[in-house]
Amino acid sequence: MKSFTVLQGLAAPMDRANVDTDMIIPKQFLKSIKRTGFGKNLFDELRYLDEGKPDQSCEGRPINPEFPLNFPRYHGATVLLSRENFGCGSSREHAPWALDDYGFRCVIAPSFADIFYNNCFKNGLLPIVLSDEIVDQLFNEMYATEGYQLTVDLAAQVVKTPAGDSFAFDVDEFRKHCLLNGLDDIGLTLEHADAIRAYEAKKRVEAPWLFDVVK
Amino acid sequence: MAAKTLYDKLWDAHLVQQRDDGSALIYIDRHIVHEVTSPQAFDGLRLAGRKPWRVDSILATPDHNVPTTQKERAHGVAGIEDPVSLIQVQTLDDNCDEFGIVEFKINDHRQGIVHVVGPETGACLPGMTVVCGDSHTATNGALGALAHGIGTSEVEHVMATQCLVAKKMKNMLIKVDGKLGLGVTPKDVVLAIIAKIGTAGGTGYAMEFGGQVFRDMSMEGRMTVCNMAIEAGARAGMVAVDQTTIDYVQGRTYAPKGELWEKAVADWKNYVSDEGAHFDAIVELNGAEIKPQVSWGTSPEMVVSVEDKVPDPAQETDPVKREGMLRALQYMGLQANQPITSIYVDRVFIGSCTNSRIEDIRAAAEVVKGRTKASSVKEAIVVPGSGAVKAQAEAEGLDKIFIAAGLEWREPGCSMCLAMNADKLGNGEHCASTSNRNFEGRQGYGGRTHLVSPAMAAAAAIAGHFVDVRTFN
Repeated sequence: MKSFTVLQGLAAPMDRANVDTDMIIPKQFLKSIKRTGFGKNLFDELRYLDEGKPDQSCEGRPINPEFPLNFPRYHGATVLLSRENFGCGSSREHAPWALDDYGFRCVIAPSFADIFYNNCFKNGLLPIVLSDEIVDQLFNEMYATEGYQLTVDLAAQVVKTPAGDSFAFDVDEFRKHCLLNGLDDIGLTLEHADAIRAYEAKKRVEAPWLFDVVK
Repeated sequence: MAAKTLYDKLWDAHLVQQRDDGSALIYIDRHIVHEVTSPQAFDGLRLAGRKPWRVDSILATPDHNVPTTQKERAHGVAGIEDPVSLIQVQTLDDNCDEFGIVEFKINDHRQGIVHVVGPETGACLPGMTVVCGDSHTATNGALGALAHGIGTSEVEHVMATQCLVAKKMKNMLIKVDGKLGLGVTPKDVVLAIIAKIGTAGGTGYAMEFGGQVFRDMSMEGRMTVCNMAIEAGARAGMVAVDQTTIDYVQGRTYAPKGELWEKAVADWKNYVSDEGAHFDAIVELNGAEIKPQVSWGTSPEMVVSVEDKVPDPAQETDPVKREGMLRALQYMGLQANQPITSIYVDRVFIGSCTNSRIEDIRAAAEVVKGRTKASSVKEAIVVPGSGAVKAQAEAEGLDKIFIAAGLEWREPGCSMCLAMNADKLGNGEHCASTSNRNFEGRQGYGGRTHLVSPAMAAAAAIAGHFVDVRTFN
């Protein structure tokens, strides 16, 4: 997994509550058996005016001129600002894959759905929870300032604005550690293989009906 | 010893290792796998030279992409007309064969929707931890299990380590007492809960459904309720084990037998919240007041009773919510204050992991029996949740009732719930759907979903528009 340390990047808006993972990446694109290539279909139904098909080039598709991510001023954005309950719905990890593939490294919102939040950390994407008031302020400043850039410092757990405001955010120690160092948590868990085997051996005695039944 | 909730007990029983920062390694008993969220996980295993930790913990079946018409199903995987879907289903077969995982393949009579197959085969049992790369895994919580959806990286993690890195959630009790009125179903109960607490109301919580309404409810009904815990923001929903649970599990293929059965039952009876256990949040509803529900918008919290009107954004004071309502009305092609019963439907979908079990099929059949689908309804499909449900329904003659009424009787799969196969809505079409999500485009590009119970969907198929099933005759 790629690491996340300090990001300074252009912010872009997804100014609505309850952005669901169907919206982030519609179902027809989940048929891919790869982890990459989803960026061109991020927010497909909002970005384009026609219906997107899997395995289709997006060159030449009609662009929705009213969708902010299509505005030239937001091209190259790496920080996405949104409203409450971002990432609700389906558990599809294709949602963080699509955000990442498009170029986003960080999503800031007042709240996230649990599964999406968790999936982000597996993919080097940082979800940051800030209060409604702060998110409102960021939206307002972003709309008012073309080229609005935010600085996200994971080690220090702060988001800094161009005007010099600094907002602290929470993140679990373990997730922070993995993200800062780009660690694959399967390898980390397997360091505890003995503890897993010991648990399993005890369970086999206590609850044998849980084992060797589906085979 | 301190009183514990059902969730506390399930967590404690599966704790392999607690870490100082609050995260923990949790042991996973059952891992259900389908074709959409697993290929990248299998690839990851191969790349790292890893194998599944415990192959016998995994059960796989394709469901999201499979066609539901007999014509396409007749030729198995090769008969899938969409080449991209075909590759995905074939990839699951190949991966399961390579790693020695039991899979109910496309035309196996046990194939079906993951969350229907798990409980009905006894692969998912009370007291278990169950995961699947699908957010509706909470369905299995109806058994008194800790069950929730995970992402693909976690699918790979669980395959490789049999564990999940998790942090304990908070406890929420949804208490619904009283007695449900005639024609009011588990689907209406869960939609009413979501309407009350919102789609983020349960975020960060494990949600237990308690109270008389759930004690009186069948296992199929409890599954419908737990299934939609995620639509209230909670990854896991659950119901305490009681005699109904145990009666349901007994005799199922993978359930313990003989002496082991007795031992298992004694263990499972502990999976109830203790008297006086602490819940971080408690929400109460009166079951007697719940009416048949119909969603009008593009989020499952945008739901009202069939007696109501489409809400008016002008009455909403929160600007973000008002904006959301306006956008939803525009997408849905509805007017504020129009009666719910004035909404006409173009298609009807009875199925999905929420409502495709035998009880759901029976409820829909009872409504359409001896009647005819409205000619204005282009298509009404009934998609059983599994081969077992299909066989049971056919043994009861329910398929004939649907066909006689002008509905279509299909092969098992996820179907129009998320429209990854050929079953989808056309642009602008309204659908009475027994599924779980009314998100924009979910059931087809530009499609307009109204979430309802199987009985309400069946009544809409006959009337052509929403009607109150309690007085529909």
